[in-house]
This record gives sequence, structure tokens and C-alpha cells, in this order.
Amino acid sequence: MKPDIYTQVGSIRLERPTMLASGILGISLDVFARLYQAGAGALVTKSLSKEPWEGYVNPTVIGVEAGYLNAVGLSNPGAPYFAKMISSNKTIPIIVSLVGSVEEDFTFMIKQFEDAKILGYELNLSCPHVEKVGLEVGDDPELVKKIVKSVKSKSKVPVIAKVGLGSSDYLDTVQAACEAGIDAITAINTLRAMAIDVETARPILSNKIGGLSGPAIKPIAVRCVYEISSKFNIPIIGCGGISDWKDAIEFIFAGSSAVQIGSVIGEKWIGVFSEINDGISKYMEKKRFSKISEMVGIAKRF
Amino acid sequence: MQRDFDKPTMVKIEKVIEETPTVRTLVFSDDVLSAVLPGQFAMVWIPGVNELPMSVMVYLEKGRAAFTIRKRGVASTSLYEVKVGEYIGVRGPYGNSFAIRQGNLLLVGGGTGLVPLMRLLTFLKKNDNVTVLIGSNTKKEVFFEKMANQILANNKHQVIVTTEDGSYGTAGVVTDVMEKLIFEKKFDAVYTCGPEKMMYKVVQLASSKKIFVQASLERMMKCGIGICGSCCIKEELVCHDGTVFDGKYLLSNKEFGYTHRNKSGIIENY
Repeated sequence: MKPDIYTQVGSIRLERPTMLASGILGISLDVFARLYQAGAGALVTKSLSKEPWEGYVNPTVIGVEAGYLNAVGLSNPGAPYFAKMISSNKTIPIIVSLVGSVEEDFTFMIKQFEDAKILGYELNLSCPHVEKVGLEVGDDPELVKKIVKSVKSKSKVPVIAKVGLGSSDYLDTVQAACEAGIDAITAINTLRAMAIDVETARPILSNKIGGLSGPAIKPIAVRCVYEISSKFNIPIIGCGGISDWKDAIEFIFAGSSAVQIGSVIGEKWIGVFSEINDGISKYMEKKRFSKISEMVGIAKRF
Repeated sequence: MQRDFDKPTMVKIEKVIEETPTVRTLVFSDDVLSAVLPGQFAMVWIPGVNELPMSVMVYLEKGRAAFTIRKRGVASTSLYEVKVGEYIGVRGPYGNSFAIRQGNLLLVGGGTGLVPLMRLLTFLKKNDNVTVLIGSNTKKEVFFEKMANQILANNKHQVIVTTEDGSYGTAGVVTDVMEKLIFEKKFDAVYTCGPEKMMYKVVQLASSKKIFVQASLERMMKCGIGICGSCCIKEELVCHDGTVFDGKYLLSNKEFGYTHRNKSGIIENY
């Protein structure tokens, strides 16, 4: 019998373990529908703010060794506009990513989505290139605790925190989120990085510093998932440089219940979702696993 | 090599051609961009200013390519003002290209939308009978008429220029001339690039006569490689699925001809 590749991230059930990572392709419901058709188990939106954000001037995304460097600047149409856009959604499993500085930002945005059909929220506590939000929030465990508490008290759907590597110990951020009642953790976001053009001596990104994604950060992300999984009893979604089914399995063995796919889309396009799903399924058949949950975190037994 | 490919390669501007008082062509040497397909674009970095998606202009010399730019906003004006000897960064080519048909071909371009069409001309076969419609608002803003005639020297062809103020060529807009042409003569394919309202009319006209038609679209672009999502038009990404789309598809896409997204992703009317 062909193994079923559904997975459970806490109370969120996904028919397939490959999710679209936040920031990638996520501003149109029509594109979500296309990606869902292509095999994504869930779609995480671009991080939404209270107001529309234009983001930074180009160059915002460039290729570097083994990945991409981006400082898009969290451009997004704003939570109210976005909520209206997805109000017609019935069948697509959408997770809404939110970015803000204080509790009120998040609770305001959650109010916009009260009637929307969504699977949950993902709090962006880890974008490394915009001031006063993202990683600057994630680096402050006390603030994280406050935000998660207020979001949890208002949200009717599960809440995930996306963490990254900033200036404080990310495990303290995870701990704060767990203590405040978070439902799951996504790890990790891009890592602060830059590239300088040798002809002109100029930093290439307009924001100078951006976030590194892609294969270059994968081993770091695997380590983080493994550490979180070893220390906390919390569902984890792995993210960082996943490019094929082997990468996905590696994250699952480290402790992820699902994985997020991003940069590889630039290289393989959206067929990569079904490619990874099929690869996982074949691997499970060969190794006689009947469900994903049997594989989650098994590298920890050694 | 995908990853090196997505990092800007610096090229030196070797020649600047004044096309009109507001349009210039910047010529440089680059083996990759000199060989792109018609419709493909590059992301062009003006160091310290911005990065813009630009259709790659043909330059009739091996190993060289060009960008043709009209000064408008801050970014396009700084690219327009780049001088011989200065460097710009290029990454790409990205996107698909026109499907090249044979027979009686009609190309309809407005302004810098002529760029992919000029490149397309260099890909046509000797037996093709080619009609090029060039739309402009006034005489001094007409460009590429000579170049079109030069590329098509060995083809049966005609280049028709229209100006809205009637100061040169046929008075009026290109789509009026096109309407007449397609009633007089049978065309095997129509290709268009220019202002979206113009392209919408071109696609409608061609479709009404059941002629194969393709248009090369423009949208707000950031990454150029299909990951940021800024350039989506319904479910399609202009940078990855386009820039060239079949007219048949475009007429089913409710955003074509009517709306585009701004920098934050909000849909705005044209």
C-alpha cells in the first residue's frame, strides 16, 4: 500500500508535508490555488503588516553562492486588504503570516481575519532586515511572550512562531513562545548576510544587508530543528534550504512534522512540491514507514 | 550555474545612441545577452539607484546587446543618463519568448515596447512578409523606423508609423491602422508590445479575426526569477511564465488590460 503523506503539526492537519514558505509568491489567492494544485500542503502568506508596505528599492533579491540574498523589505498589501482578498477562500489551506512590533499590531490584524477560512497564523519573529519588527522582536523573549499571549487569547486558530538566529539565543525565544502557549515553531528564517560588487565596491542590495536563504543555510537549519526538538515538546516546521526529498526527510528526522519550501522554487519552479512529496512517499514505502509521524525526530535516538 | 547567473554581472557601456529627445540606447558587450530570445528580459542594476526589468535590445553586431530606455521616473532617468565607460549590472536573461510563426506577420509596437519586436525581427525567415506598426504620439518621438527597415531589407515588408498628433506618418493610433490592415489582408500571426491598453486592443482585434496573437507584458518586478510574486497577473507570474502570453489566454485573464499591482501588491487600475 502506498504510504499516506499527511502530517499533523499539533492540531493542524496537512494532507501533504510540503508548505510554501512565507515571503515566496504569497500575494495572490490565484497563485495560492495554483501552488495548492501543484502539491503544496499549505500556503504561508507573505508577512502582513497593519498598513501596506512598499518594501525596499531594488535590487531586493540576487543570487549568491548556494542560495539567494534578499532584502525585499516585507512588502505587502497590508492585513485589511489581504483579508478581503482571501475572503472568498473555501478550500485552500492558508496560513497567515503576520509581522508587527507590539501586541496591538498583531491583535488588530487578527481581527481582520476573524471571518476568513485559514488554518492558522505564523508570527514572523525573525525577518532579519527590517527595523523594529521580525528578528528585533524575536530577540526580545519578554516581548515575544507578551505578543504570543495576546495573539493566543484572540485567535480561534492555531498560532505558529517563526524563529531565526539573531543576537540573542534563539532557544530563549522558543522557550518564551512555548511558555506563552504557542502551538508550533517554524525554524528558521534567513540569516543576515551581504554581497558587495567588486567592480564598484558597492553593496548590491539597496538595503545593503539582507537575509541568506537556500542550500547554504540548510545544515544550520537542521541543527536548529534538532536542538528545538531535543529541548522542547513542541511541533516544529522545518525551513531553510530544502531543495529535494532527501532534504525534507533530513528535517523530519531532526524533528520537523512538516517542511517549508522557498528558494528552490527559483531553480526548479513549482513542480518541486510534487517532486518532494513523491520522493517522501517512495522513501517511506522503501523504508516501510506508514506515516510521517513515525519518522519525526528519530535521529534523536542516537 | 543558476546561482552565479542570478548575481549581477557588470558590463561597461560602450556606446550611447540618442533615439529621440527622451529615449536612448545603451550598447555593451555581453555574449549571453547578445543571444537572448525575443521577449526575454534582464534585470538591470544601476548601482546605487535601483534595478529594473528591461527587455534586451538587439544590436546588429556579434557579441553586443543594448537597452533602450525612456526617461520617466528616477530609476529610468538614471539609467538613461548612464555614460560611455560607466558600468551597470545585468542578470538574466529571464522569461519566455515569442513563438515564431511564418507567413504574413504583423508586429504592433508602442514606444519602448518596440524593443522585443526589433529582436523578433532578427529571428524571422526570409520568406516572411512582415508588417511593422510603430506607434508614437509625435514625430520627434519616433524611433526604430530605420532599424526595422534595415533588419527587414531582404524581406517583403512595410513599416508604418502612426503619430497621434499627425506630425509624421499616418495620423492616429496604431490600433486603427491595424483594424484596417486585418480586414484587407490575411495575417498568420500578430505580435505586440507596448502600453497595456494598446496591447489589449491589439489582442482583441486579432482574436476577432481568429489570428494567432501574442503580447509581451510588463508588471512590477522585484526578483525577476519567480519567487517574490510581485509581478503576478491572476495565477501567472510575468517574470517566469511570461513575459509573452498567448492572446487566447490573456482574454480569459480578467486583469489583462485593466489592472496591475503596485509595489505593495495592491491591485490598481490602469
